[in-house]
Amino acid sequence: MRGVTEKQTANMMIAVLSGKGGAGKTLVSVNLASAAETSTYIDCDVEEPNGHLFFKPEEVQEEKVSVLIPQVDKERCDGCRKCIDFCRFNALAYINKIPILFDEVCHSCGGCILVCPKMALTEKKRVIGKVQKGKSDQVTVYTGILNTGEASGVPIIKRLLSENSPEGNKLTIVDCPPGSSCVVMESIEDADYCLLVAEPTIFGVHNLNMVYELVNLFHKPFGVILNKCLEDDNPAETFCIENSIKILGRIPFDTTLGSLNSDAKIAVRENEQYREMFTSLLNTVRKEVLHKTIINP
Amino acid sequence: MKIAIPVDGKDLESSVGVAFGRSPYFLIYDTETKEENLVVNSASESTGGAGIKAAQIIVDHKANALLTPRLGGNAAEVLKTAKVDIHKTIAGSVKDNIDAFMAGKLPLLDEIHEGRHGKTDR
Repeated sequence: MRGVTEKQTANMMIAVLSGKGGAGKTLVSVNLASAAETSTYIDCDVEEPNGHLFFKPEEVQEEKVSVLIPQVDKERCDGCRKCIDFCRFNALAYINKIPILFDEVCHSCGGCILVCPKMALTEKKRVIGKVQKGKSDQVTVYTGILNTGEASGVPIIKRLLSENSPEGNKLTIVDCPPGSSCVVMESIEDADYCLLVAEPTIFGVHNLNMVYELVNLFHKPFGVILNKCLEDDNPAETFCIENSIKILGRIPFDTTLGSLNSDAKIAVRENEQYREMFTSLLNTVRKEVLHKTIINP
Repeated sequence: MKIAIPVDGKDLESSVGVAFGRSPYFLIYDTETKEENLVVNSASESTGGAGIKAAQIIVDHKANALLTPRLGGNAAEVLKTAKVDIHKTIAGSVKDNIDAFMAGKLPLLDEIHEGRHGKTDR
Protein backbone atom coordinates (compact mmCIF):
# COMPACT_ATOMS: atom_id res chain seq x y z
CA MET A 1 0.00 0.00 0.00
CA ARG A 2 2.85 2.33 0.87
CA GLY A 3 4.40 1.62 -2.50
CA VAL A 4 1.19 2.61 -4.25
CA THR A 5 1.08 5.88 -2.34
CA GLU A 6 4.64 6.74 -3.26
CA LYS A 7 4.02 5.96 -6.86
CA GLN A 8 1.03 8.27 -6.87
CA THR A 9 3.11 11.01 -5.29
CA ALA A 10 5.64 10.41 -8.01
CA ASN A 11 3.67 11.56 -11.00
CA MET A 12 1.26 14.26 -10.13
CA MET A 13 -0.10 16.76 -12.61
CA ILE A 14 -1.70 19.84 -11.13
CA ALA A 15 -3.46 22.44 -13.29
CA VAL A 16 -3.64 26.00 -11.99
CA LEU A 17 -6.53 28.02 -13.35
CA SER A 18 -8.71 31.06 -12.77
CA GLY A 19 -11.62 32.65 -14.54
CA LYS A 20 -9.74 35.87 -15.23
CA GLY A 21 -6.24 37.09 -15.92
CA GLY A 22 -4.21 38.60 -13.10
CA ALA A 23 -5.70 36.47 -10.33
CA GLY A 24 -2.34 34.85 -9.58
CA LYS A 25 -2.10 31.67 -11.69
CA THR A 26 1.48 32.28 -12.70
CA LEU A 27 2.50 33.47 -9.21
CA VAL A 28 1.16 30.24 -7.71
CA SER A 29 2.44 28.02 -10.55
CA VAL A 30 6.06 29.22 -10.66
CA ASN A 31 6.38 29.27 -6.89
CA LEU A 32 4.87 25.81 -6.35
CA ALA A 33 7.09 24.40 -9.10
CA SER A 34 10.13 26.09 -7.52
CA ALA A 35 9.27 24.88 -4.02
CA ALA A 36 9.41 21.22 -5.14
CA GLU A 37 12.63 19.19 -5.13
CA THR A 38 12.24 18.61 -8.81
CA SER A 39 9.37 19.56 -11.10
CA THR A 40 8.08 20.40 -14.54
CA TYR A 41 6.34 23.68 -15.28
CA ILE A 42 4.19 23.90 -18.43
CA ASP A 43 2.96 27.29 -19.61
CA CYS A 44 -0.26 26.60 -21.51
CA ASP A 45 -1.23 30.28 -21.72
CA VAL A 46 0.03 30.18 -25.30
CA GLU A 47 -1.42 33.54 -26.32
CA GLU A 48 0.68 35.37 -23.77
CA PRO A 49 3.04 32.98 -21.99
CA ASN A 50 4.86 34.67 -19.10
CA GLY A 51 6.23 31.85 -16.94
CA HIS A 52 9.52 31.96 -18.87
CA LEU A 53 10.01 35.57 -17.72
CA PHE A 54 10.27 34.25 -14.14
CA PHE A 55 12.25 31.08 -14.84
CA LYS A 56 14.60 32.54 -17.47
CA PRO A 57 15.27 28.97 -18.68
CA GLU A 58 18.61 27.93 -20.12
CA GLU A 59 19.59 25.45 -22.86
CA VAL A 60 16.30 26.22 -24.59
CA GLN A 61 15.32 23.87 -27.40
CA GLU A 62 12.59 24.88 -29.77
CA GLU A 63 10.20 23.05 -32.09
CA LYS A 64 7.67 24.44 -34.51
CA VAL A 65 4.02 23.40 -34.30
CA SER A 66 1.98 23.02 -37.47
CA VAL A 67 -1.62 22.37 -38.32
CA LEU A 68 -3.08 20.98 -41.53
CA ILE A 69 -5.08 23.30 -43.76
CA PRO A 70 -6.68 22.68 -47.16
CA GLN A 71 -5.16 23.62 -50.50
CA VAL A 72 -7.21 23.73 -53.70
CA ASP A 73 -6.45 21.92 -56.93
CA LYS A 74 -7.97 24.34 -59.46
CA GLU A 75 -8.11 21.68 -62.18
CA ARG A 76 -10.28 19.35 -60.11
CA CYS A 77 -12.62 21.95 -58.52
CA ASP A 78 -15.97 22.16 -60.34
CA GLY A 79 -17.39 24.94 -58.17
CA CYS A 80 -20.05 22.96 -56.30
CA ARG A 81 -19.38 25.05 -53.17
CA LYS A 82 -19.95 22.13 -50.78
CA CYS A 83 -16.74 23.06 -48.93
CA ILE A 84 -17.82 26.70 -48.57
CA ASP A 85 -21.23 25.72 -47.19
CA PHE A 86 -19.71 23.16 -44.84
CA CYS A 87 -17.24 25.47 -43.12
CA ARG A 88 -18.94 26.80 -39.99
CA PHE A 89 -15.96 29.07 -39.32
CA ASN A 90 -16.47 30.74 -42.74
CA ALA A 91 -12.81 30.24 -43.56
CA LEU A 92 -13.57 29.62 -47.25
CA ALA A 93 -14.99 32.02 -49.84
CA TYR A 94 -15.83 31.28 -53.46
CA ILE A 95 -14.48 34.04 -55.67
CA ASN A 96 -13.71 34.05 -59.39
CA LYS A 97 -14.83 30.41 -59.62
CA ILE A 98 -12.32 29.13 -57.08
CA PRO A 99 -12.46 28.55 -53.29
CA ILE A 100 -10.06 30.80 -51.43
CA LEU A 101 -8.94 30.05 -47.88
CA PHE A 102 -8.45 32.46 -44.99
CA ASP A 103 -5.65 30.61 -43.20
CA GLU A 104 -6.06 32.31 -39.84
CA VAL A 105 -9.77 31.60 -39.67
CA CYS A 106 -9.39 27.87 -40.49
CA HIS A 107 -9.70 25.57 -37.46
CA SER A 108 -8.10 22.59 -39.26
CA CYS A 109 -11.12 20.32 -38.86
CA GLY A 110 -10.53 18.76 -42.28
CA GLY A 111 -14.28 18.73 -43.03
CA CYS A 112 -13.99 20.57 -46.35
CA ILE A 113 -11.61 17.89 -47.61
CA LEU A 114 -14.09 15.15 -46.64
CA VAL A 115 -17.11 16.78 -48.29
CA CYS A 116 -15.37 17.61 -51.60
CA PRO A 117 -16.84 15.21 -54.21
CA LYS A 118 -14.05 15.93 -56.70
CA MET A 119 -11.15 15.39 -54.28
CA ALA A 120 -9.96 18.86 -55.20
CA LEU A 121 -8.82 19.64 -51.66
CA THR A 122 -5.70 18.22 -50.05
CA GLU A 123 -3.92 18.97 -46.79
CA LYS A 124 -0.83 21.07 -46.36
CA LYS A 125 1.09 22.06 -43.24
CA ARG A 126 1.03 25.53 -41.82
CA VAL A 127 3.12 26.67 -38.84
CA ILE A 128 1.03 28.33 -36.12
CA GLY A 129 3.54 28.61 -33.30
CA LYS A 130 6.19 26.76 -31.34
CA VAL A 131 7.06 24.99 -28.10
CA GLN A 132 10.21 25.59 -26.08
CA LYS A 133 11.87 23.39 -23.47
CA GLY A 134 14.51 24.64 -21.08
CA LYS A 135 15.93 24.24 -17.60
CA SER A 136 15.79 26.61 -14.63
CA ASP A 137 17.60 25.08 -11.60
CA GLN A 138 15.55 21.99 -10.70
CA VAL A 139 12.56 22.97 -12.87
CA THR A 140 12.06 21.80 -16.45
CA VAL A 141 10.25 24.65 -18.19
CA TYR A 142 7.95 24.16 -21.18
CA THR A 143 6.53 27.19 -22.97
CA GLY A 144 3.93 27.22 -25.74
CA ILE A 145 3.84 30.20 -28.08
CA LEU A 146 0.96 30.80 -30.50
CA ASN A 147 1.65 33.18 -33.37
CA THR A 148 -0.36 36.39 -33.29
CA GLY A 149 -3.69 36.24 -35.10
CA GLU A 150 -4.07 32.46 -35.05
CA ALA A 151 -7.50 30.97 -34.37
CA SER A 152 -6.76 28.45 -31.64
CA GLY A 153 -3.96 27.51 -29.26
CA VAL A 154 -5.29 23.98 -28.78
CA PRO A 155 -2.75 22.26 -31.12
CA ILE A 156 0.12 23.90 -29.22
CA ILE A 157 -1.28 22.84 -25.85
CA LYS A 158 -1.73 19.26 -27.13
CA ARG A 159 1.92 19.23 -28.17
CA LEU A 160 3.09 20.68 -24.85
CA LEU A 161 1.23 18.07 -22.83
CA SER A 162 2.35 15.18 -25.05
CA GLU A 163 6.01 16.21 -24.79
CA ASN A 164 6.02 16.13 -21.03
CA SER A 165 7.05 12.64 -19.92
CA PRO A 166 7.40 12.76 -16.17
CA GLU A 167 10.24 10.58 -14.90
CA GLY A 168 10.70 9.53 -11.33
CA ASN A 169 9.53 11.67 -8.47
CA LYS A 170 8.07 14.46 -10.52
CA LEU A 171 5.51 17.11 -9.96
CA THR A 172 4.04 18.78 -13.04
CA ILE A 173 2.42 22.18 -12.74
CA VAL A 174 0.26 23.30 -15.66
CA ASP A 175 -0.19 27.08 -15.83
CA CYS A 176 -3.51 27.44 -17.69
CA PRO A 177 -4.84 30.25 -19.87
CA PRO A 178 -7.42 32.48 -18.18
CA GLY A 179 -11.13 31.82 -18.57
CA SER A 180 -12.96 28.56 -19.19
CA SER A 181 -12.86 28.12 -22.98
CA CYS A 182 -11.48 25.32 -25.22
CA VAL A 183 -7.85 26.13 -24.45
CA VAL A 184 -8.49 25.76 -20.71
CA MET A 185 -10.38 22.49 -21.21
CA GLU A 186 -7.45 21.16 -23.22
CA SER A 187 -5.02 22.25 -20.49
CA ILE A 188 -6.83 20.50 -17.63
CA GLU A 189 -7.77 17.33 -19.50
CA ASP A 190 -4.85 15.24 -18.22
CA ALA A 191 -4.58 16.92 -14.81
CA ASP A 192 -4.96 14.87 -11.63
CA TYR A 193 -6.07 17.92 -9.72
CA CYS A 194 -7.13 21.51 -10.35
CA LEU A 195 -6.09 24.49 -8.26
CA LEU A 196 -8.39 27.48 -8.64
CA VAL A 197 -6.82 30.83 -7.79
CA ALA A 198 -9.30 33.50 -6.68
CA GLU A 199 -9.28 37.19 -5.88
CA PRO A 200 -11.19 38.71 -2.95
CA THR A 201 -13.63 40.71 -5.08
CA ILE A 202 -17.17 40.30 -6.44
CA PHE A 203 -15.68 40.13 -9.93
CA GLY A 204 -13.25 37.52 -8.62
CA VAL A 205 -16.18 35.42 -7.39
CA HIS A 206 -17.90 35.64 -10.78
CA ASN A 207 -14.76 34.32 -12.46
CA LEU A 208 -14.17 31.71 -9.77
CA ASN A 209 -17.68 30.43 -10.41
CA MET A 210 -16.86 29.96 -14.13
CA VAL A 211 -13.90 27.69 -13.44
CA TYR A 212 -15.77 26.02 -10.56
CA GLU A 213 -18.46 24.97 -13.06
CA LEU A 214 -15.80 23.84 -15.53
CA VAL A 215 -13.93 21.56 -13.12
CA ASN A 216 -17.24 20.07 -11.98
CA LEU A 217 -18.17 19.40 -15.59
CA PHE A 218 -14.84 17.61 -16.05
CA HIS A 219 -15.22 15.72 -12.74
CA LYS A 220 -11.83 16.95 -11.60
CA PRO A 221 -10.93 17.04 -7.93
CA PHE A 222 -10.13 20.63 -7.04
CA GLY A 223 -9.41 23.15 -4.30
CA VAL A 224 -9.08 26.90 -4.04
CA ILE A 225 -6.18 29.19 -3.23
CA LEU A 226 -7.31 32.62 -2.06
CA ASN A 227 -4.89 35.24 -3.34
CA LYS A 228 -4.44 38.90 -2.33
CA CYS A 229 -6.13 38.29 1.02
CA LEU A 230 -6.87 41.36 3.17
CA GLU A 231 -8.25 41.70 6.68
CA ASP A 232 -11.70 42.58 5.29
CA ASP A 233 -14.45 40.22 4.23
CA ASN A 234 -13.43 37.99 1.36
CA PRO A 235 -16.30 37.33 -1.09
CA ALA A 236 -14.32 34.47 -2.66
CA GLU A 237 -13.96 32.84 0.75
CA THR A 238 -17.70 33.24 1.38
CA PHE A 239 -18.37 31.61 -2.01
CA CYS A 240 -16.15 28.66 -1.07
CA ILE A 241 -17.84 28.20 2.30
CA GLU A 242 -21.32 28.40 0.79
CA ASN A 243 -20.43 25.80 -1.85
CA SER A 244 -18.39 23.57 0.47
CA ILE A 245 -15.24 24.09 -1.58
CA LYS A 246 -11.97 23.19 0.07
CA ILE A 247 -9.69 26.19 0.67
CA LEU A 248 -6.10 24.98 0.48
CA GLY A 249 -4.27 28.18 1.21
CA ARG A 250 -4.31 31.94 1.57
CA ILE A 251 -1.74 34.25 0.04
CA PRO A 252 -1.70 37.66 1.70
CA PHE A 253 -1.99 40.97 -0.14
CA ASP A 254 1.63 41.78 0.43
CA THR A 255 3.67 44.52 -1.23
CA THR A 256 6.99 42.65 -0.88
CA LEU A 257 5.54 39.62 -2.66
CA GLY A 258 3.88 41.89 -5.23
CA SER A 259 7.14 43.72 -5.93
CA LEU A 260 9.14 40.52 -6.33
CA ASN A 261 6.48 39.22 -8.69
CA SER A 262 6.31 42.38 -10.79
CA ASP A 263 10.12 42.25 -11.11
CA ALA A 264 9.67 38.73 -12.57
CA LYS A 265 11.43 37.18 -9.59
CA ILE A 266 10.40 33.85 -8.11
CA ALA A 267 9.54 34.59 -4.47
CA VAL A 268 10.65 31.19 -3.10
CA ARG A 269 14.09 31.66 -4.64
CA GLU A 270 14.48 35.14 -3.16
CA ASN A 271 13.09 34.97 0.32
CA GLU A 272 13.07 32.26 3.01
CA GLN A 273 9.68 33.35 4.36
CA TYR A 274 8.04 32.81 0.97
CA ARG A 275 9.90 29.54 0.49
CA GLU A 276 8.30 28.31 3.70
CA MET A 277 4.89 29.64 2.70
CA PHE A 278 4.84 27.97 -0.73
CA THR A 279 6.50 24.76 0.53
CA SER A 280 3.78 24.46 3.13
CA LEU A 281 1.15 25.20 0.47
CA LEU A 282 2.67 22.57 -1.83
CA ASN A 283 2.59 19.99 0.97
CA THR A 284 -1.06 20.77 1.64
CA VAL A 285 -1.88 20.48 -2.06
CA ARG A 286 0.03 17.21 -2.42
CA LYS A 287 -1.76 15.65 0.54
CA GLU A 288 -5.09 16.80 -0.83
CA VAL A 289 -4.33 15.43 -4.31
CA LEU A 290 -3.37 12.05 -2.87
CA HIS A 291 -6.43 12.00 -0.65
CA LYS A 292 -8.77 12.92 -3.52
CA THR A 293 -7.21 10.62 -6.08
CA ILE A 294 -7.27 7.66 -3.65
CA ILE A 295 -10.88 8.06 -2.53
CA ASN A 296 -12.05 8.99 -6.02
CA PRO A 297 -9.63 7.59 -8.61
CA MET B 1 -24.85 48.78 -61.83
CA LYS B 2 -25.74 47.16 -58.52
CA ILE B 3 -24.76 48.64 -55.17
CA ALA B 4 -24.93 46.89 -51.80
CA ILE B 5 -25.43 48.56 -48.42
CA PRO B 6 -25.57 47.02 -44.94
CA VAL B 7 -28.86 48.20 -43.39
CA ASP B 8 -30.44 48.08 -39.94
CA GLY B 9 -34.03 48.23 -41.24
CA LYS B 10 -35.97 47.10 -44.26
CA ASP B 11 -36.38 50.23 -46.41
CA LEU B 12 -34.57 53.20 -47.95
CA GLU B 13 -35.24 55.39 -44.91
CA SER B 14 -33.36 52.96 -42.61
CA SER B 15 -29.95 53.78 -41.24
CA VAL B 16 -26.78 52.21 -42.62
CA GLY B 17 -25.57 49.24 -40.56
CA VAL B 18 -22.48 50.09 -38.50
CA ALA B 19 -20.91 46.62 -38.52
CA PHE B 20 -20.76 45.16 -42.02
CA GLY B 21 -20.62 41.45 -41.19
CA ARG B 22 -23.17 41.70 -38.38
CA SER B 23 -25.78 43.85 -40.12
CA PRO B 24 -29.19 42.15 -40.20
CA TYR B 25 -29.81 42.92 -43.91
CA PHE B 26 -28.17 44.08 -47.08
CA LEU B 27 -29.99 46.31 -49.53
CA ILE B 28 -29.02 45.59 -53.12
CA TYR B 29 -29.98 48.55 -55.29
CA ASP B 30 -29.95 48.50 -59.08
CA THR B 31 -29.09 52.01 -60.28
CA GLU B 32 -30.55 51.37 -63.76
CA THR B 33 -33.87 49.71 -62.96
CA LYS B 34 -34.16 51.45 -59.51
CA GLU B 35 -35.09 48.06 -58.10
CA GLU B 36 -34.44 47.35 -54.44
CA ASN B 37 -33.70 43.87 -53.19
CA LEU B 38 -33.50 43.25 -49.45
CA VAL B 39 -31.27 40.31 -48.58
CA VAL B 40 -31.11 38.72 -45.11
CA ASN B 41 -27.51 38.60 -43.90
CA SER B 42 -27.20 34.94 -42.92
CA ALA B 43 -23.64 35.67 -41.75
CA SER B 44 -24.77 37.90 -38.90
CA GLU B 45 -25.20 35.03 -36.46
CA SER B 46 -21.85 33.38 -37.24
CA THR B 47 -19.53 32.76 -34.32
CA GLY B 48 -16.59 33.71 -36.50
CA GLY B 49 -15.73 34.73 -40.04
CA ALA B 50 -18.92 36.78 -40.41
CA GLY B 51 -17.13 39.33 -42.60
CA ILE B 52 -16.00 36.65 -45.06
CA LYS B 53 -19.46 35.11 -45.36
CA ALA B 54 -21.17 38.52 -45.59
CA ALA B 55 -18.78 39.56 -48.37
CA GLN B 56 -19.58 36.29 -50.13
CA ILE B 57 -23.28 37.25 -50.08
CA ILE B 58 -22.45 40.63 -51.67
CA VAL B 59 -20.37 38.90 -54.36
CA ASP B 60 -23.04 36.27 -55.02
CA HIS B 61 -25.60 39.02 -55.60
CA LYS B 62 -23.28 40.44 -58.24
CA ALA B 63 -22.97 43.85 -56.63
CA ASN B 64 -20.43 46.15 -58.29
CA ALA B 65 -19.98 48.40 -55.29
CA LEU B 66 -20.41 48.24 -51.51
CA LEU B 67 -21.26 51.32 -49.45
CA THR B 68 -20.25 50.84 -45.81
CA PRO B 69 -19.00 52.95 -42.88
CA ARG B 70 -16.19 50.49 -42.14
CA LEU B 71 -14.88 47.09 -43.16
CA GLY B 72 -12.60 44.37 -41.79
CA GLY B 73 -9.54 42.99 -43.56
CA ASN B 74 -10.94 39.57 -44.50
CA ALA B 75 -14.15 41.00 -45.96
CA ALA B 76 -12.12 43.58 -47.88
CA GLU B 77 -9.94 40.81 -49.32
CA VAL B 78 -12.98 38.88 -50.58
CA LEU B 79 -14.47 42.01 -52.17
CA LYS B 80 -11.20 43.22 -53.70
CA THR B 81 -10.55 39.78 -55.17
CA ALA B 82 -14.04 39.90 -56.69
CA LYS B 83 -13.38 43.49 -57.91
CA VAL B 84 -16.19 45.06 -55.89
CA ASP B 85 -15.53 48.77 -55.23
CA ILE B 86 -15.78 49.80 -51.57
CA HIS B 87 -17.08 53.30 -50.75
CA LYS B 88 -17.34 55.01 -47.38
CA THR B 89 -20.83 56.04 -46.28
CA ILE B 90 -21.83 59.38 -44.78
CA ALA B 91 -24.25 60.16 -41.92
CA GLY B 92 -27.87 59.81 -42.99
CA SER B 93 -30.28 57.25 -44.34
CA VAL B 94 -29.70 54.55 -46.94
CA LYS B 95 -31.42 56.80 -49.51
CA ASP B 96 -29.11 59.74 -48.68
CA ASN B 97 -26.16 57.49 -49.29
CA ILE B 98 -27.47 56.15 -52.60
CA ASP B 99 -28.03 59.74 -53.75
CA ALA B 100 -24.55 60.76 -52.61
CA PHE B 101 -23.03 57.76 -54.39
CA MET B 102 -24.88 58.57 -57.63
CA ALA B 103 -23.61 62.15 -57.39
CA GLY B 104 -20.08 60.77 -57.07
CA LYS B 105 -19.72 62.13 -53.55
CA LEU B 106 -18.77 58.94 -51.68
CA PRO B 107 -15.01 58.43 -51.59
CA LEU B 108 -13.39 55.00 -51.72
CA LEU B 109 -12.91 53.50 -48.25
CA ASP B 110 -9.18 53.55 -47.69
CA GLU B 111 -9.05 52.53 -44.05
CA ILE B 112 -9.48 48.80 -43.48
CA HIS B 113 -9.47 47.71 -39.83
CA GLU B 114 -7.92 44.45 -38.77
CA GLY B 115 -11.15 42.80 -37.70
CA ARG B 116 -11.26 40.00 -35.18
CA HIS B 117 -9.50 37.50 -37.43
CA GLY B 118 -11.21 34.47 -35.98
CA LYS B 119 -10.33 35.28 -32.37
CA THR B 120 -13.33 33.42 -31.12
CA ASP B 121 -11.74 31.52 -28.32
CA ARG B 122 -11.74 34.24 -25.70
